[in-house]
This record gives sequence, structure tokens and C-alpha cells, in this order.
Amino acid sequence: MTWLRSCPDWGEKRVVRDYVAAIVGVAESDLGFTPNRTVLQLQAQAAKAALDDAGLTRNDVDAIFTAGNWTWAPNLMLAEYLGIQPKYTDGTNIGGSSFEAHLGHAVAGIRAGLFDVALITYGSTQRSDRNRNRLSPHSVLTEQYERSFGLPVPVGAYALAAMRHQHQYGTTSEQLAEVAVATRKWAQMNEKAFMREPITIQDVLNSRWIAEPLHLLDCCLVTDGGGAVVVASAKAAARSTKRPVWVLGHGETHTHNSISNMPDLLVTGAKESGARAFERAGVARDEIDVVEIYDSFTITVLLTLEALGFCDLGEGGAFVSGQRTAPGGEFPMNTNGGGLSYCHPGMYGIFLLIEATRQLRGECGPRQVKDARLALVSGTGGVLSSSATVILGRD
Amino acid sequence: MDENFPRPVLDSDSRPFWEGLQRHELWIQYCSLCHQHIFYPRSICPYCFSDDLVWKQSHGRGTIYSYTVVHTAFGPFAEETPYVVALVALDEGVRMMTRIVGVPDDIEIGRKVVVTFADLAEDLTLPYFRLDVG
Repeated sequence: MTWLRSCPDWGEKRVVRDYVAAIVGVAESDLGFTPNRTVLQLQAQAAKAALDDAGLTRNDVDAIFTAGNWTWAPNLMLAEYLGIQPKYTDGTNIGGSSFEAHLGHAVAGIRAGLFDVALITYGSTQRSDRNRNRLSPHSVLTEQYERSFGLPVPVGAYALAAMRHQHQYGTTSEQLAEVAVATRKWAQMNEKAFMREPITIQDVLNSRWIAEPLHLLDCCLVTDGGGAVVVASAKAAARSTKRPVWVLGHGETHTHNSISNMPDLLVTGAKESGARAFERAGVARDEIDVVEIYDSFTITVLLTLEALGFCDLGEGGAFVSGQRTAPGGEFPMNTNGGGLSYCHPGMYGIFLLIEATRQLRGECGPRQVKDARLALVSGTGGVLSSSATVILGRD
Repeated sequence: MDENFPRPVLDSDSRPFWEGLQRHELWIQYCSLCHQHIFYPRSICPYCFSDDLVWKQSHGRGTIYSYTVVHTAFGPFAEETPYVVALVALDEGVRMMTRIVGVPDDIEIGRKVVVTFADLAEDLTLPYFRLDVG
């Protein structure tokens, strides 16, 4: 059954907010450094905790969504391990934004009446494995036009975008560092965060170069960790113990695979995914209370804020200046400490959804954004390749 | 050459490109229908979906679209740092990844560059670029 409620406040344009499906359960697994855990254990731990959080059981799950590079067909291995034979399965892998896409797909499936409860999971042991930089000596298909030049991926690709942003708009390294410093302040209020020591803008600028103009502290962490999100139809959500966090809008796209082929290094797919999510949700940018943006690198945040229309193209550096996104600032962003300071197990997008849900439920303790009703989550994957944006809201 | 160097695996899209480089020539594709140059090589035009593509030799000149100075690298590249990887916009209108070599301190986005051929192995030549000071 689909619930539609109209919002008469929106003048002549009739906007209908969508209450088709909600996030009803979220959880992380152990995070950080988990040398005795497998990716399956991390996902099982997170899935069990997220279902407990929702007040639902494994037997309620009839759709499976996951993404990862740990086997050739992750959905098959994961579902078998969890003892689930789903009605619906989706292994969309577009990098770190996969989970925002999964959420959109889950809502579409629920809207179509194909299933009632979807489980989205992710897990990685990349920090323990120490194998992420092992390169194949064979460069096949379209990789062969880039890999021989030795660009470290992904950081080098983001550095190319950052260098052009600085050239075109005069963005400074100090402005990029603002993001890292503000995000660390949020991490100090999250006991699960991996890096909690305070840092200054000068600390970021003094950290070693990785790929100019990006310093070490412009880059996300490399951690282990897993997460799970339970999505329910309105009917199933009514059985859940937690306050539903409705999925009001979703948009996704991918614009390229290799960085050479990005149409414009300064305009990400968030322009498209964000516009569609806002249109679908029928809300305005200034109504959003809390924002969770994929922060693989500080430049990712600037580009995403611009593409989403929170500021004009080129204005991202000025927008984040003066610790505007820090606790107490006027634009609360990446409130769990982000990929920069909380955790980043390879693909981070699921953790954006977990934090946004907790903020909208008012569960965030010292880092709670007061009276948060509407949240925007925007994931970026690959080398600025994919973007998926969702807008979430509570009753 | 390091045994772990990521060597291109030639296929029927890429072979004319790599074989041209061995002769110190830069070849790119051109769509006979929509008259656009195309890089990387493929079997169908990404602009108009025509499969009537021909090869043309590039003049090997362009401008720096962006670049980075790599300080932390892995595997076979770890010992080479720092080095400059760039995206170059060829005058024909396509963009490609490359190295900028012989770099003085005044490297800048928008600077004109010209191709130079780096013979890394008997069977592998890469198209690098240098600043065009002429």
C-alpha cells in the first residue's frame, strides 16, 4: 500500500511527499582495525544489529542489496552465509555511492510491490588485509590508456580535480583544510571515530603531500568495517519499533569511469542526482537540517556541495570557510566524523545513511543536530564517477 | 622495466594506437559521420554511435587541462616520486592522461605542451608531453 500525503504549504506547485518506504534499522559492525574478522562476519554482525534495531527478524528480509570486491558475486555468498533466499537481489556496484543507489532501488522495488523488507550491507577488511595497493601487471580494456602513467588511484584523480579547482576559482589549500578540521571536530564527539585528536588548518597544510595539492590530512582513512541498513515498506515499517525515516527522494547517475573521461573535472554527477532527489522529495535546499556528504577527500566535499546547489560553482571554498560545517556552525555536515576521521573501509556510502538516520531519530547524543527533520545524503563513487543522492525525513 | 609495471594488454581497439607509438607517432580516431576526434580508441563513436571510425595522426600538441605532482606512489612507481601526471587536451579536441617530463618549476594549467615518446621497453612506448617552449 502506498501512502501519499500532500503538503499544501507549497503554493501552486502541488508537491506530494512520498511515504512509500522508510529506513527502520541501521548499525555498524566493529570498525577500525579488525584483524580477526572476515567481511562476512562484519556484515552478519551489522545485519543482525540493524534488524534488532528495527525490531524485525532475519525472516522478514525478502530483498538483499550488497556491493563489494571480495568475491565474484557478493550477493550469492552473502545471502547464503546469512541463510537468506531473497525474492529480489541487487548487487549494483558503482563504488562508494552504491548504497545510496541501493536505497533508491529498494524504494522502487517496494513501490512496485515486489518485496517488503530490504537488507543493505557492506563490509571490508582492507586495513587488515594490507593488499589494497597491489597492482596487476596487466592493464586491460580501457584501463590501458591510464595505468602505465602511474597515477595513484583514487587519490591522484581527485588531486587533478583539486588542482583545476584551485586554478579556475582560486580555491586555497586552507579552504580545503577547513573541511578536514571541521570534520575532526565532529569525530571528537563520536566515540566510534577512528581519529579523534583535534587538528588545525596548519596541521593539514603541514601533513605530507600525497598528490599535490592534496596532503595526507585531505585524504580519507583506510579502515576495516561494515554496516547495514534495513528498508521497509510503509506497512512493514508500522511493525518496526523505531521511528521510520522516510525516503523522500532519490537520484543517481554516473558520468565516466576513468578520470580522463570526466566531462568537466569541476562538475560532478551530483548536479543530476541532487536535482532529481530534490525534485522527487519536493523540498528546498534551505529546508535541509543536516547533510552527510561523501568525503573521500576534502575536494570531494567542495565539488559535491557546489553540484548539489548549496552554493554556486567555484564557491565551495568560501562556503566551508570559517568552520561553517563544524559543530555549532550554520551548516552541520558529516556529523559522525566522516570518511576523513570516523571510518572509511573502501566504500563508505552506507555509513552516510546510518548517520543521517540516527540524526533524524535524535539518537546522536553530544553531536545531535537539534530538531533535525530533513537530511540529505550524497554518495560519490569511483574517481568522481558516480553519484547517488537521497533525501530523508521523519514525521 | 619492473616486472610489476602495468603493461597494456593490446586488443583490436587499441593495437593501432600502441603500434603507432612504437613508430613515435600519435594516432587517434576520427568519426566520419559526426566529424569529431575520439580518444580512447573504440569500435563505436561515443558522440553519435556511428561505427564508421577512421584513424588519424595527431599533431601531438595540446594544453595542460590539469596535473598533479605525485609524492606517494605504489609498486613499480614508488621509487620514481616525485613525478607529474597530467591530463592534456590535444588540439584535436580529445583529452588524454600522460606524464609531463623535463618539468621546470613554472608548470601550470593551460600551458602548451608537445608530445615526446618514451621508449620504456623494446615493445612499449608511452606518449609523454613536455612544455612547448618553442
